[in-house]
Amino acid sequence: MLDFYRRLYRTIRPSSGDDEPRPNDGEVRADGGVVSDGPAADSPTEPDQGATARLKAALDRRFGSDFMESSIFWLPPFLLMGLFVYGAVIWNLLISLTDYERFENAPDYSNLDFEMYTRAFADSGFIDAAVNTLILLVLFTMGTLAVGLLLAILIDRGIRFENSFRTIYLLPMSLSFVVTAQFWLWIYNYNNGIANSVIGTFGLGPVSWLGNQDIVLYAIIFALMWQFSGYAMVVYLAGLRAIPREHYEAAKVDGASSLKMYWRVIIPQLKGATISAAVVLMVFGMKAFDFLYSLVGGYRPPNGADILATKMVREAYANLNWAYGSAIAIVLFAMALGVIGPYLVYEYRRDNL
Amino acid sequence: MSDEELRTDGGGATADTRWNLGGVTIEDAALYLVLAFAAVFYLVPIESGLVTSFKTGTAIIETAPFAPPGPSGFTFEKWQTAIDALLRGMGNSLLYAVPATVISAVVGSITAYGLTIPTWKKSYKAVVLMLIIAGIFIPYQAVLVPLTQFWSQWAQLDQLLSFVWALGISNDYAGIVELVITHVAYGIPICTLLFRTYYKTMSEEMIESARLDGATLRRVYRRIVLPLSGPMFAVVLIYQFTQIWNDLLFTLVLVSTESSPAAPVVLILAGLGTSLEGQDFALRMAGAFFAALPTLAVYIFFGEEFAEGVAA
Repeated sequence: MLDFYRRLYRTIRPSSGDDEPRPNDGEVRADGGVVSDGPAADSPTEPDQGATARLKAALDRRFGSDFMESSIFWLPPFLLMGLFVYGAVIWNLLISLTDYERFENAPDYSNLDFEMYTRAFADSGFIDAAVNTLILLVLFTMGTLAVGLLLAILIDRGIRFENSFRTIYLLPMSLSFVVTAQFWLWIYNYNNGIANSVIGTFGLGPVSWLGNQDIVLYAIIFALMWQFSGYAMVVYLAGLRAIPREHYEAAKVDGASSLKMYWRVIIPQLKGATISAAVVLMVFGMKAFDFLYSLVGGYRPPNGADILATKMVREAYANLNWAYGSAIAIVLFAMALGVIGPYLVYEYRRDNL
Repeated sequence: MSDEELRTDGGGATADTRWNLGGVTIEDAALYLVLAFAAVFYLVPIESGLVTSFKTGTAIIETAPFAPPGPSGFTFEKWQTAIDALLRGMGNSLLYAVPATVISAVVGSITAYGLTIPTWKKSYKAVVLMLIIAGIFIPYQAVLVPLTQFWSQWAQLDQLLSFVWALGISNDYAGIVELVITHVAYGIPICTLLFRTYYKTMSEEMIESARLDGATLRRVYRRIVLPLSGPMFAVVLIYQFTQIWNDLLFTLVLVSTESSPAAPVVLILAGLGTSLEGQDFALRMAGAFFAALPTLAVYIFFGEEFAEGVAA
């Protein structure tokens, strides 16, 4: 396949760039197949050169003048990626329709049904995980955006040491979930953790942050916000810097107070930054698996903090319910698609792709 | 809006609405106070981890979690243990993170070039781009089971590479090769996107005139685009290295056990300091810092590029 492609490319290359077909690229037959293996320049008189020219002209008309020549650059990586991403998702969908489990080497594709999905919706653990995933996504994204916006606005006021502050706020983002999970495990420690000593100074607590199943999810969301609000800040900062100074001035001349100015004039202009940051944050939220796994050093997150990402991996790799894990993965994928799809359409409409 | 409202407004720019306190306005002082408080908030978890990693077992209980250990409670022992446990993991992580980072950056650059500079029909280009960008956001859980199937049943690297194991290298290292290929495949989308945003801003005249002179696309890439890509390569390499080094999920399913000789550092760290007697926090913190050293170094030396990478 690749070889065919390379030869096809070699034949067509000399003639593109200027759109006039040259007489000597006659390696492609009218049926699109490739025959001769010799260098293109050595076969000046092949009978069906007109066909080649016509084929190329047709391709050019359909796809644009550089399509064939440029495809050597993007098509092979695109195919590799497509295979690993979309090929795998489709394969995953197929597996989720089988009964593949335990130590079978390969799924049996002869008997497909939706049993795993009905099983999921009857599984209270799955419902809890789905609800937790939604809570985590919504609270984590909104909270992170709010903190990030606040920091960006403060930093954008022409302060000194701007770079130092920015570096500090973004620092947690450079760390692995595996590493930050260790830090937060220590902070939330019941006897010696900082969280309990801080609320202890206000006469509260101690609280079992990771042991109480009504609290643990929010404790984790807080830790994730710590890690990613620096990211939201950077995105918002870029957005703020793109707003012309005159808009601030105009708002001031109109006599708007700072708060009103930000609310009415500046924040609406940050819509693009908000949307792209929100999409990325939701994806990070869905990847919180690494954090939860490292928190306990195993597949079973603290009670009350199970999300679809952790449940999927646990079902597949700990319980060896491969098909069931795949079905959960498809639900997770559908959720991601619900976020990404509209985002891509939005970017396309804005001509931003 | 009335004058009164304007005057009570704390954020106004006119000097007469600010209280002055020896050249520093209250407003400024409050601003810096909030920023400093936020800085403390972001640093405390890291700082407390760092001091804890040097504490003895008794110092952990007796001193506050963020306070440095006293001279009697100070020890390097935990770092020693952590380094002993994690050093081989560091080597393994580098073994796949470096090649995967370099390959995915180069491939991303080439892909982005093919999708940005040459002219072909916009609507088709948009479809390809949409599929690539969506690839960035796929939750990896949706590909895990097929990925395991693919590497364990279809592409059995540990048999294909048997000549390597004959040299005395553990065949667990097939997992490292799998990780390189896997990370490259899933890294292509983000690398392409990062390079594309950069190539879109490139001067069109230069490329146009080269094309009119009859330069092939390959020549334009080698002579014009690639030499100008340096700054973006820095951004992409740093971003990708951090992502690949930090990823746990793929190592978990492809290498699987922390006792494997090919176990990457994140895999060993996730299980470090946990035992039946409870958790050894000092050891965990020391391990966390040691494992984070490469990404911390990258961040400290190339912070600007990192910020650019995440913001794109």
